Amino acid sequence: MTTPATTLPQHLLSAGDLSREGALLILDTAEELARVADRPIKKLPTLRGRTVVNLFFEDSTRTRTSFEVAAKRLSADVINFSAKGSSVSKGESLKDTALTLEAMGADAVVCRHGASGAPHRLANWIRGSVVNAGDGTHEHPTQALLDAYTMRNRLGRIEQLRVAIVGDVLHSRVARSNVLLLSTLGAEVTVVAPPTLLPVGVEHWPCAVSYDLDGVLPKSDVVMMLRVQRERMYGGFFPTTREYSRRYGLDARRMATLPDDAIVMHPGPMNRGVEIAAEVADSVRSTIVEQVANGVSVRMAVLYLLLGGAYPDEIARSAHDFAGASVA
Amino acid sequence: MPDWIIRGARLLGANPTDLFIVGGELVDSAPIGAQVLDADGLIALPGLVDLHTHLREPGREDAETVETGTLAAALGGFTAVHAMANTEPVADVAGVVEQVWRLGVEAGHCDVHPVGAVTVGLRGEQLAELGAMADSAARVRVFSDDGHCVHDPLLMRRALEYVKAFDGVVAQHAQDPRLTEGAQMNEGAQSARLGLAGWPAVAEEAVIARDCLLAAHVGSRVHFCHVSTAGSVEIVRWAKRKGWNVTAEVTPHHLLLSDDVVASYDPVFKVNPPLRSSEDVEALRDALADGTIDAVATDHAPHALEDKETEWAAAAFGMTGLETALSVVAAAMVETGRLDWSGVADRMSVRPARIGRLTAQGQPLLPGAPANLVLVDPSARVVVDPSTSASRSRNTPYAGRELPARVVATFLRGRPTVLDGKPA
Repeated sequence: MTTPATTLPQHLLSAGDLSREGALLILDTAEELARVADRPIKKLPTLRGRTVVNLFFEDSTRTRTSFEVAAKRLSADVINFSAKGSSVSKGESLKDTALTLEAMGADAVVCRHGASGAPHRLANWIRGSVVNAGDGTHEHPTQALLDAYTMRNRLGRIEQLRVAIVGDVLHSRVARSNVLLLSTLGAEVTVVAPPTLLPVGVEHWPCAVSYDLDGVLPKSDVVMMLRVQRERMYGGFFPTTREYSRRYGLDARRMATLPDDAIVMHPGPMNRGVEIAAEVADSVRSTIVEQVANGVSVRMAVLYLLLGGAYPDEIARSAHDFAGASVA
Repeated sequence: MPDWIIRGARLLGANPTDLFIVGGELVDSAPIGAQVLDADGLIALPGLVDLHTHLREPGREDAETVETGTLAAALGGFTAVHAMANTEPVADVAGVVEQVWRLGVEAGHCDVHPVGAVTVGLRGEQLAELGAMADSAARVRVFSDDGHCVHDPLLMRRALEYVKAFDGVVAQHAQDPRLTEGAQMNEGAQSARLGLAGWPAVAEEAVIARDCLLAAHVGSRVHFCHVSTAGSVEIVRWAKRKGWNVTAEVTPHHLLLSDDVVASYDPVFKVNPPLRSSEDVEALRDALADGTIDAVATDHAPHALEDKETEWAAAAFGMTGLETALSVVAAAMVETGRLDWSGVADRMSVRPARIGRLTAQGQPLLPGAPANLVLVDPSARVVVDPSTSASRSRNTPYAGRELPARVVATFLRGRPTVLDGKPA
C-alpha cells in the first residue's frame, strides 16, 4: 500500500515529473477505481461540484472521450472546449483562453495542443491543475500511465520487463512519455526505428536504441507499435510506406518470434497494414482494446488524485457510502 | 553646448585621469567654465557600437521606434547602432535607408547607420540597389538580409563582389533554410527531450564555411552575424589563419545563456539563432577573448507582448539586448577573467566601428578624437526590471536576474545623452 505521504505535482505535464511512488500511487488508485467500474452504480461522488475542462486544440475523439467519461464517473462537471468552432479558431490566444477558463472556475484543465509545451504555458496562467493530454511532439503522460497499467495487468509487473517501442520515435509524444515513465518504474526500454525517425540526442534518454526490429523482438516482453503519421510517409523520412512496413512493421511472421507471453500494444489509431498487420492487431497478444478501457481508469485516478487528493483505501469507503445513499 | 570636465575616470580601466571636452571633441587641457562630472570609480570607454539592432521602424512601431530603440541604446552605453533592414517596407532602397537615418538624426540619442538589404524584399532572388543605398545620405556600408540567409551561392558571390566598389561588407545570417525548416531550438539532448524541432549547428556552420571560401575566392570581406556554435568558431578561426578577410560577431545572450532554459517553454528564450549548449557558450567566450570573434552585437529584437505570450512554436524569435549588453559582457567575460575593460572596448566599440567603416566611432579617447564615450560603474550590480526599459518591448531574457556593471553616462560628440543612468 502506498502511504499517504506520497504527493503528486500540482500539474501532470510530463511523465518525468512523476516519482516512482507517485506513478505507483496512480496505478494502484486506477486499479481500485476499475473495481468500482464493475459495480452496478459506476459513479463516485468524489469530484461533485468540481469542474473539469477538456481543452482540445487538436481533434482527438478517443482521448477527449476517455477523459470525459473519467471525469463524469467521478461526478465532476465537464466542459468540452474544442478549438474547432470556438474563439480559438478566430485567433484568440492561448493566454486569453486560459484566462477565460480561469474566470469560469476550472478546477482542472485537460489540454491537448499541437505545440510542444503548450500545457506548460497554460499552467502559468491558471490556478487549477493542468493535465497534459498530448502536446505536439513532446509528451502524453496519461497514455504512458495507461500503457504501464496495461502491462502490469497482463504481465503482473513492470520492473525488468523488456519493452520495445517501435516506429516514429522522433515525433511521438507517446514514446517520450513511455520511455520516462517505464524507466522510472524499472522496465528496460528499447526504442526501435529507422535512424531518420530517432531524435538527435536520443542517446541521452534512459533507454537502449536499435535499428533492428528482428533482433529486438525475441528479447521483448512488450512490443509497442507507434502510429506512422501520414505526413511522415511523404516527408522523406523513409523511401516508401512499403519499405517502412517491410523493415519496421509487425506482421504475423515477426510476431511469432516474440516470447510466449509477450504482448503487443498500440496507442491507436492504427494504420492496419502499415505499422501493424490486421492479424496482429486482432490476435490474443494484442492489448489494444484493453488499453482503451484502462485509459478511463487511469484518467479517473489522475483527476481523482490531482483534485481530490484521497488515497486508494478511501475509494472503497466512499463508493460504499455513495451506493448506500443511492439505495436510500 | 557646454564644455565638460570628467574628473578621475579610469580610461579603459587604467589609473584615474581627467577628460576634457570642448565643442564635441576631446582636448588636452581643462576648459574654463565647463560642467564638471565626478567620475570617481567609473571606467571610461569609447562609446559602444552595435553592428546589429532591430529598430522596427518603419512598420512595427508597436514593438519599437527609432526614438525608443536609440534611447535604449544610449542607456546601454551605445553611441552608434546599425539598424537592420527587415522593416516593413524592407530597407532595400535608398528612400527607406534615408528615412531611418533621418529619424535617427532627429531622435539624437545615438548615431543610426541603416543596414541595407542584400536582396529585394529579403527574398534572396535579386540584388537590391546596393550602390544607391551606399551613395545615399545614409552612406550604407553594411548589407544584410538578416532574418534570412542569402542562401543562393551565386547570388552571395555576386553580392560579395559587388560591394567591393564602395568598401561595403555583406553581413551573412548563416542559416541553411532546408536544414532548419520548422526548427524551434538547438538540436541536441534538450530538443530530443522537449519535443521541439531541432535546429542543427551544421545549418549555420555549412553556410559559414561556404561563405569563407566564397569571400576568399573573390577577394572580398565577409561578416557573420550572431555566430552561435563551437563549430562556427573553428571555421572562422581557420579562415582567419588563412589570412582571409572574415569577421564575426556574437550576441550577449549567446555568451551567457544555454539551451537548458528552454525547458520552461517560455518564448522569451526563443531566438534566432537558438540558444546552444553550454559547450558552445564556452567556445564563444574563448573565441571572443582570443579575437576570433571580433565583436559583440546585440541583435536587439523587440517584440510586442502578444507575439511572445504564446505557446513556444507560435512565438516570434528574438530578445531585447541594448540596455543589458554591457552588463552581460561584464558577467560573461570580465568577471570570468577572459577580457579586461580594454578588451571590452575593443570588442564592443573599436572593432565593430571598423567593420562598419565608421570613422568617427570607436576611436581612442585622446585629444582630437570625437567625444563619443561611456562611463561605467564596474562595481554596481543591477537587477534587470523589464518594466523600466526604455525599449517599447519587454522581451528581455534577464528579467529578475542580477548583473554586474551599470552605465552611468553616455556622451555623443560631447553632448550627454545619458547622465546618472537616466536620459540626459
